Amino acid sequence: MIKAPVRKIIPHSLVDGPGNRTAIFLQGCNIRCAYCHNPETQEMCTESSPTEEIKWMTAEEVFKEVERDIPFIRGITVSGGECTLYPEFLVELFTLGQKAGLSCLIDSNGTIDLSKYPELIEVCSGVMLDVKAWDNEKFNKLTGGNNRNVLKNLKFLSDLDKLEEIRIVCIPDEVDAEDILKGIKSTIGEKISYTNLKLIKFRNHGVIGRLKEAESPSDEYMNYLKELALELGFKKVKIT
Amino acid sequence: MVLMTDILGLVKSQKLTYEQKVLSLAQAAENTLDVLHIPEKTQYYFEKNAIDNLFEGNAPYRPRYILPDYDKFIKEGSEFLQIEPPKDLDELLNALMILYRHVPSITSFPIYLGNLDKMIAPFLDGYTDEEIKKKLKLFLNYIDRTITDSFCHANLGPEDTRAGRLILEVERELQNAVPNFTFKYDPDITSDEIAELALYTTMFCANPAICNHKLNKDTYTTDYGIASCYNILPIGGGAYTLARVVLPNAAKLAKDVDHFFDTILPECLEALANYMNERIRFLVEESGFFESSFLVKEGLIHKDRFIGMYGIVGLADCTNILMKDEGKRYGHDKEADDLADRIMHTIHEFLSEFPALYSPISNNRFLLHAQVGMDYDIGITAGVRIPIGDEPENMSDHLRHSARFHKLIPTGCSDIFAMETTARNNPSAMLDIVKGAFDLGVKYIAFYEENGDLVRITGYLVKRSEIEKYKKGEQVLQNTTHLGAPNYDNNKLQNRKVRGV
Repeated sequence: MIKAPVRKIIPHSLVDGPGNRTAIFLQGCNIRCAYCHNPETQEMCTESSPTEEIKWMTAEEVFKEVERDIPFIRGITVSGGECTLYPEFLVELFTLGQKAGLSCLIDSNGTIDLSKYPELIEVCSGVMLDVKAWDNEKFNKLTGGNNRNVLKNLKFLSDLDKLEEIRIVCIPDEVDAEDILKGIKSTIGEKISYTNLKLIKFRNHGVIGRLKEAESPSDEYMNYLKELALELGFKKVKIT
Repeated sequence: MVLMTDILGLVKSQKLTYEQKVLSLAQAAENTLDVLHIPEKTQYYFEKNAIDNLFEGNAPYRPRYILPDYDKFIKEGSEFLQIEPPKDLDELLNALMILYRHVPSITSFPIYLGNLDKMIAPFLDGYTDEEIKKKLKLFLNYIDRTITDSFCHANLGPEDTRAGRLILEVERELQNAVPNFTFKYDPDITSDEIAELALYTTMFCANPAICNHKLNKDTYTTDYGIASCYNILPIGGGAYTLARVVLPNAAKLAKDVDHFFDTILPECLEALANYMNERIRFLVEESGFFESSFLVKEGLIHKDRFIGMYGIVGLADCTNILMKDEGKRYGHDKEADDLADRIMHTIHEFLSEFPALYSPISNNRFLLHAQVGMDYDIGITAGVRIPIGDEPENMSDHLRHSARFHKLIPTGCSDIFAMETTARNNPSAMLDIVKGAFDLGVKYIAFYEENGDLVRITGYLVKRSEIEKYKKGEQVLQNTTHLGAPNYDNNKLQNRKVRGV
């Protein structure tokens, strides 16, 4: 079995998808968000250079940990870092999860083209997708990466009804939240009415990137975005 | 032995409200009597605090817990109280306020207010939500400010009703410590929506707790209610008495494990059981309660629906004492948990043989209760819980352990979890935990939000702000604050493990 670098397993997570879930955080990310709040998970690592914080585990080993939390959980969520950097591991883990009746979610920055991994999409119950910016320049400034695959995944996952949730971290000026909302609507159309949208208020704790000193947006701004989303036709909008 | 100086102390106290003085003086008067026959051996175990009568008083003149048949009262009214059957919501709430005032208990305050949502539901037609909520607020505030004792308990569910939803909404706004609320939850009956609303509410006001309806509903041949600190008791009856074996104090008297199982534990079990029968005998045969109370005469309670609650406390500490040489801990090591299981089975077997007086509703047996502790307990963990501060890292392990040890306790046992504030955003996650726990056999579970003013002590609620007032020597409205203040410190409640991420 393939091993993946596991940074942390949270047996009961109340914030990683619907219901109570065991959340598995894999190490390593392919972008560098200026507002990343767990930057310690960014660095890629290799099996030959083990560290105390990171354990290389097979899907079976991870699932053994998950099994302790059945029947208190309705599913598992794999996050990161960027967990889709380890698609084969995810396929193996999710196959075990599905067999046990658990929903299996991916928390992703969307920069890996998921249409290339049909086997993964088959066993994955849904993806919680970050849409960090609509304009590619903004995206690049924020993350150092390119958002072409994010937009592609948005459409791809929505077409398959595997878009569990869309997340936007909101910071005025840095993030073109209005454009993101409009862009999502023009991409997935009427499906916005039943797609979960989470508007995340930026908070700087844990941040060591460029935005570590940035202020949180006001409640007025967050409510304005929520109103805009509702006007556009989103129905399941949450501010956190 | 009641000392005159103690009584003068009560009279002169500036910390007690007038009402609290009167109740304390009444108890002092009761304790000048000596009407119960207590053998020497029993006296010895009382002195060692291996068994404990929980200050129930020397001459029982009312059952400890009474659960009137409120449905019958609503249908028929009361001749003694000169109340006609209520015809609308105002009359209903007013009638209940009057009756509550006349339901005795060990604290002299009613410890059971009924399944409020079901009682109110038939009276709601024609009112808007806002109108109902205003009436409910007046009603609930009256209860909070006059029943100044948070052992008082109201029930909700298991059905999803408009009344239940409105009560939950109002509770969240009021932030009252009284009454305690419990929602009876059964996944086959209760909708996820109202269950999540209940759990959401508990993250703001530590109410309601959640009862495993499926596992508790057949405890008696009659319907059940949850009263006081999570006691599962028959409607139209209740509990004559509750006394307890203080297991760690019993363990301290034992030379070794064998001495504990062969001598100390059996002697304590028998001494307490005989003592409880003596209390019941006096209450039923001599006190005149069942001959004179209008509750009995009007059929709101029945003598044959009362039980004796046989309490145990500190299973964890007892086990840890007996396992000291091996260094094994309750809740963490298999050997310790197996020993605890053996203790539980020993108690269970004793109770299944020992005849309890006047207890047909429980087949003339005492029923085991996981007593949640007293303000004067130090180093004694509630019931069968894992000690505060020593909880397993993973909540799953904790709940599996609870399920194992709730099994043999029919008349009330529970666990309490402090939750992170973020859980407010995801009550469905808490419901998943409840569903899993109840599926495995957990009988009752309570949550509160880590930073809230209302905190669950052992079962009852106290406001942290009131504890602070009491510690400064000021009067506080609720006498449970007197119990909660030392308990909060003695049991290091601030260290209760906070769950959720």
